[in-house]
Amino acid sequence: MPKLYTGAEIVFKCLEEQKVNHIFGYPGGAVLPIYDELKNHTSIKHILVRHEQGAGHAAEGYARSSGKPGVVLVTSGPGATNVVTALTDAYMDSVPLVCISGQVPTHLIGTDAFQECDTTGITRPCTKHNWLVKDINDLQRIMHEAFEVATTGRPGPVLVDIPKDIQFAKTKYVSLKKEKKIEVKNKNKFNQKDIDQLIELMNKASKPIFYTGGGVVNSGPKASELLRELVALTGFPITSTLQGLGSYPGEDNQFLGMLGMHGTYEANNAMHDCDLLINIGARFDDRITGKIDEFSPKSKKVHIDIDPSSINKIIKVDLAIVGDVTDVIKSTTKTLKKKNLNLEKSNKQKISKWWQQIQKWRSKQSLNFINSDKIIKPQHAVQRLYELTKNQDTFITTEVGQHQMWAAQHYKFNKPNRWMTSGGLGTMGYGLPAAIGVQVANPKKLVVDVAGEASILMTMQEISTAIQYNLPIKIFILNNQYMGMVRQWQELLHEKNYSESYSEALPDFVKLAEAYGCVGIRAENPDELDEKIEEMINVNKPVIFDCHVDQAENCFPMIPSGKPHNQMLLGPKDQEENKITGKGKALV
Amino acid sequence: MPKSKSAYSTPTKVSKLETHIIVVWVDNEASVLSRVVGLFSGRGYNIESLAVAEVDQKNNLSRITIVTTGTPEVIEQIVLQLKKLVPVHKVGNFKREDKNVIFKEMALLKLIGNSAKIKKALNACKKFNPVILDQTNKSAVIQITALRREIDKMVKNLKSHGLISVSRTGAVAMTRGAEIFN
Repeated sequence: MPKLYTGAEIVFKCLEEQKVNHIFGYPGGAVLPIYDELKNHTSIKHILVRHEQGAGHAAEGYARSSGKPGVVLVTSGPGATNVVTALTDAYMDSVPLVCISGQVPTHLIGTDAFQECDTTGITRPCTKHNWLVKDINDLQRIMHEAFEVATTGRPGPVLVDIPKDIQFAKTKYVSLKKEKKIEVKNKNKFNQKDIDQLIELMNKASKPIFYTGGGVVNSGPKASELLRELVALTGFPITSTLQGLGSYPGEDNQFLGMLGMHGTYEANNAMHDCDLLINIGARFDDRITGKIDEFSPKSKKVHIDIDPSSINKIIKVDLAIVGDVTDVIKSTTKTLKKKNLNLEKSNKQKISKWWQQIQKWRSKQSLNFINSDKIIKPQHAVQRLYELTKNQDTFITTEVGQHQMWAAQHYKFNKPNRWMTSGGLGTMGYGLPAAIGVQVANPKKLVVDVAGEASILMTMQEISTAIQYNLPIKIFILNNQYMGMVRQWQELLHEKNYSESYSEALPDFVKLAEAYGCVGIRAENPDELDEKIEEMINVNKPVIFDCHVDQAENCFPMIPSGKPHNQMLLGPKDQEENKITGKGKALV
Repeated sequence: MPKSKSAYSTPTKVSKLETHIIVVWVDNEASVLSRVVGLFSGRGYNIESLAVAEVDQKNNLSRITIVTTGTPEVIEQIVLQLKKLVPVHKVGNFKREDKNVIFKEMALLKLIGNSAKIKKALNACKKFNPVILDQTNKSAVIQITALRREIDKMVKNLKSHGLISVSRTGAVAMTRGAEIFN
């Protein structure tokens, strides 16, 4: 007779077979059998968070910085509802998460039992798929299928809801190797004809541009290498979405910076004027396209994406290539080389005019700001942070708001998986727990959460988690005492009626840091900034860095609402210059 | 144009609405219908009618037929989004005007009246395969199968013939000829 295992044991056997090393969670009544089993599995380390949302974001940070799925363990009822924000966040940003939730015993489901909620019902719209395990004999299959669904195709979160009686029930376990391999639908649906067509378009183009997104990062580090080769081979300019930053070196000359609402002048104008737009792993988000009717009106559009439903959803494209970015780029470069089309040389003349135009836009230096020697400008703070950390392999997470955009604009990334930010859902409070997950996955590396004082207070409790596990994350708060992005919109569009956007009754962040048992550092003027940042980097403990910045600073450049890419609003410096010369008023 | 105060773009021109019949083959498992219906409500798609039942007991497959209206872009999205659901096997998409597809709905009609009156009513729905399922000396239950608009019309006409209760199904669809949909 084969050995029988409890549901709780099977959960861990599956996690071990899936090579899981870390789970982020919080115990409770309905998951106690699983927590009881934890001690018998030393290869799996549990990170105890302070709130289930934190577990979800930490698992996201873990997944995005390591390329492995993040695993979350929560109890029924409030445990499950608390993790919903993180699941939705992961769904929007295509992050592979496997969430295991406890549920009340099967016979109590539907009776409004203590800590019961319809977990699979609540999480249905924010997961790729979810399962309620009603039979112990289904548990093993479902667990492995959960990992399969989370990590294949366009990645995303899944949830497995396990009633308490199922965690106690016993059955036999068959090792995954013996199990029949779960059939994976082939994700690549393109053929050589599509690639040939792409190359023909590239060959004909005189104003081409690559527009790359998070899909390149999700496709794995190989995709970034291949992308660099392709960009070098073609000589085309490249711009990236918020989520794609790092897949192409931020300081490279062919890189035009981020595009979209707070993207650079050159990237957005190039998107508007190009005659060939090659979208690699991005999804034409509304923060990217601006006004749809006037989005890149003169271009042929190519869309490379693993998710067929992303294609033609927002923008109608001329050529759709459904497949994994790595495979598509590989085929493209291979064909380019085989046809011996050295586009960089043969196209040089054709594209050189395009590059001249781009240089003109570039000379606007749209990320410039008026610096001060009295008060710390937030952009300056990010620039200094970059200069002082670029010599090491640094991981950056952010919260959501102005600081997030300044980090995206002024911190330059050279490698994928180094930049973790909540782009789709825009979850304030994402950065601190995400930094914890990043640090768990990358123990020796420098991890900085560029934060705002309003966002950080949403998940502040997780600093305890960082202390407990000696995770020396750095919380770099650009403290302007406002919900800055809200204030900016109120200033520009609501006649400076700063309704409820002032951060009243803020804590003393230095004392708060000390209360938690970590290090608090405050910087109040530009002279001391570098020294304090170095101090922060050199402390081998979690740090809360309270950087007092200009309260009135706005994030520029920006595309005002309802406007196309070529009508950007530039910063105050440029606005002033324009007033003097009287030129380019249309830009404002 | 007044200055927009929204961080979101304003809606742009919308193309013409079309009515489509979407046929979805799914695993007959718990909550599969709510996954399909939830996709429609969550993304703001429209359901005009819905019919669902198991069609293959051995393979545990159900067939869901949904009548929906939307722009061609929306219809394309519906099909692609449905295909992403884990329990969905395949998705068929037909225009309502498609001559190669048969659409039928069924209705049960309860009429009150003497046999002469009921005979008249029965005569009125002659074209729609009427079947008498129950008859007493002062009532009858008649089953008809027809297109939606035909049933609409019949219901209206039969009001004067003693119609007091109507029960209807959603549309089901089948392609004409020997081919099956793959």
